[in-house]
Amino acid sequence: MNALLEVKNLKTHFFTRQGVVKSVDGSSFSIQKGEILGIVGESGAGKSITAFSILGLIDPPGRIVDGEILFDGKNLVGLSEEEFRQIRGNEISMIFQDPQTSLNPVITIGEQMMEAILYHHKGVSKKEAYNSCVEILKTVGLPAAQKRMKSYPHQLSGGMKQRVVIAMALLNNPKLLIADEPTTALDVTIQAQILYLMKKLSQEFHSALILITHDIAVVSQLCDKIAVMYAGRIVEYGKKEDIIFNPLHPYTKGLIECLPKLNDEKKRLYQIPGIMPSLLGLPSGCYFKDRCELADEQCDIYPEKQEIDGRILFCHKVK
Amino acid sequence: MPQSEVKLLEVKNVQKVFSVKVGTFEKRDLHALNGVNFDIYKGKTLSLVGESGCGKTTVGKVILGLYQATKGEVIFRDKDIAKLSPSARGDIQKDIQMIFQDPYSSLNPRKKIKTILEQPLKIHTNMSKRERKEAILSLCDDVGIDYSYLERYPHQFSGGQRQRIAIARAMMLRPELILADEPISALDVSIQAQILNLMMDLQEKYNSTMLFITHDISVVKHISDYIAVMYLGEIVEYASKKELFANPKHPYTKMLFSTVPDIHTPLATESVLKTGEIQSPIDLPKGCFSQNRCLYKEDSCMQTHPELNDLGDGHLARCPLIGKF
Repeated sequence: MNALLEVKNLKTHFFTRQGVVKSVDGSSFSIQKGEILGIVGESGAGKSITAFSILGLIDPPGRIVDGEILFDGKNLVGLSEEEFRQIRGNEISMIFQDPQTSLNPVITIGEQMMEAILYHHKGVSKKEAYNSCVEILKTVGLPAAQKRMKSYPHQLSGGMKQRVVIAMALLNNPKLLIADEPTTALDVTIQAQILYLMKKLSQEFHSALILITHDIAVVSQLCDKIAVMYAGRIVEYGKKEDIIFNPLHPYTKGLIECLPKLNDEKKRLYQIPGIMPSLLGLPSGCYFKDRCELADEQCDIYPEKQEIDGRILFCHKVK
Repeated sequence: MPQSEVKLLEVKNVQKVFSVKVGTFEKRDLHALNGVNFDIYKGKTLSLVGESGCGKTTVGKVILGLYQATKGEVIFRDKDIAKLSPSARGDIQKDIQMIFQDPYSSLNPRKKIKTILEQPLKIHTNMSKRERKEAILSLCDDVGIDYSYLERYPHQFSGGQRQRIAIARAMMLRPELILADEPISALDVSIQAQILNLMMDLQEKYNSTMLFITHDISVVKHISDYIAVMYLGEIVEYASKKELFANPKHPYTKMLFSTVPDIHTPLATESVLKTGEIQSPIDLPKGCFSQNRCLYKEDSCMQTHPELNDLGDGHLARCPLIGKF
């Protein structure tokens, strides 16, 4: 089966005054129809830039310098702004981290939502658009949907706003939904509701979903496949069960190990020493070597790609 | 609550009402705290957990003196400080220090790190310049700040390093009580573990007491001795960490715990959608505050506001139906 989205050796670099920032430097992954892929990593790992690259949202000084993004067989790299406008919000939609800033504060929820339909479907009447908006607001569990159509964003709570954003993203029945830290700004109780909704709705709408987050626990609850990013590169990529319960890359192991656990009594947490290197001053060789317990001279060369039982891995120390 | 331990701070029936504008001419009362009671024991860590808007930060600010309580008492060293401003508190103030959530906004961007760290010593002690320098250097060793950092400005550091600096500043005067308001939630996962470990090490070394305010329940499991769960400005459950995690009683606590993402538990089910959102503290519901989010509520819950009951062994919960569902 052909993948819905296939990213091949994507390189997005930013040409700043201080030097070239290789935010994404050779990422490859794919996602099938109806699948949920999680991209995890720390801030600055290149997760969001990967998503922005897919949607053509990279502004100068950034540029996609190499690689292909095949969506339904069509290469998105190099499309014109006009061509991207037909895809964004229609075939691929995005849910951003902060619902506060992704909604326009001076336009009612209804108007913002209807615009998404009316822009992409010229033949649809305002009334039909209104009805579909109300319908989808009910689907995401927003009480008093008709009243909410007339509300402004500031009249809703954070959780309600994120529901509106999700509803808006689903309006045109996209084939691919990209959610960038969709629950980071929310309380755990609301997070659980939103995650449940996203999983349920992506199944109902047969959409593929890319979930970008720093929270490996969230990814493990929702995703089928996981890609772990570090300093602009994917270091481990495979099925959820493999990555979570049998991580092989020392960084993935560390990330899972340092999660607080209930059963150990007030003991020190496992910690990965140091911090992620600046993208302007990446070390030669493996980017993780300065924080890695296993590193030796071998790691002065960036490891080659390995495939172990269908999982992709970049590490000299795992065979 | 255990009798053998020494109370450092008592919070007694603290209420805080803010007046907020709801229209051009109309003002309403926002009941941020509705009678909060708890004790903090010397050398121990009490965690206050709850969703945003439950009043946990307000409690911290009342203890620190940034807000004055509307009613109630906060007893520290036999003195009620609930209605005293920081300047009226005199010597007491230096023994209560705060670590804020966002190290990007809590450090003055125009001051060098050494100035930031020296400030508390200048204000509260009579140390000579040399003594101050020694104190700063020895604390730098404790929190893992390189001496060369002292000449730099906050913007030259990452979030984790800034939080170390903020912790160093809070520890400078060896406070008896540290208030930590979401100290790690702005940091990356791999850095969170480093900062938590640092805080636990420092607490052990200086035998300080901590009030840890957070919404992150998985962190609470690690750092606390006691946990108080807050909802709409009141404590709904209080117990030792072990007891609370092994045996959560209040329906709200149970719901809160069930929504914490964990790699070993599956995603919540359909019932999670019934748990709703926190209510506005402007229109407090009659009866039990958490009635709208409770899966077990009965008619009586809408009539009478429940008291905090002792269930034995210092486990307190605010629900009359415990044991019946």
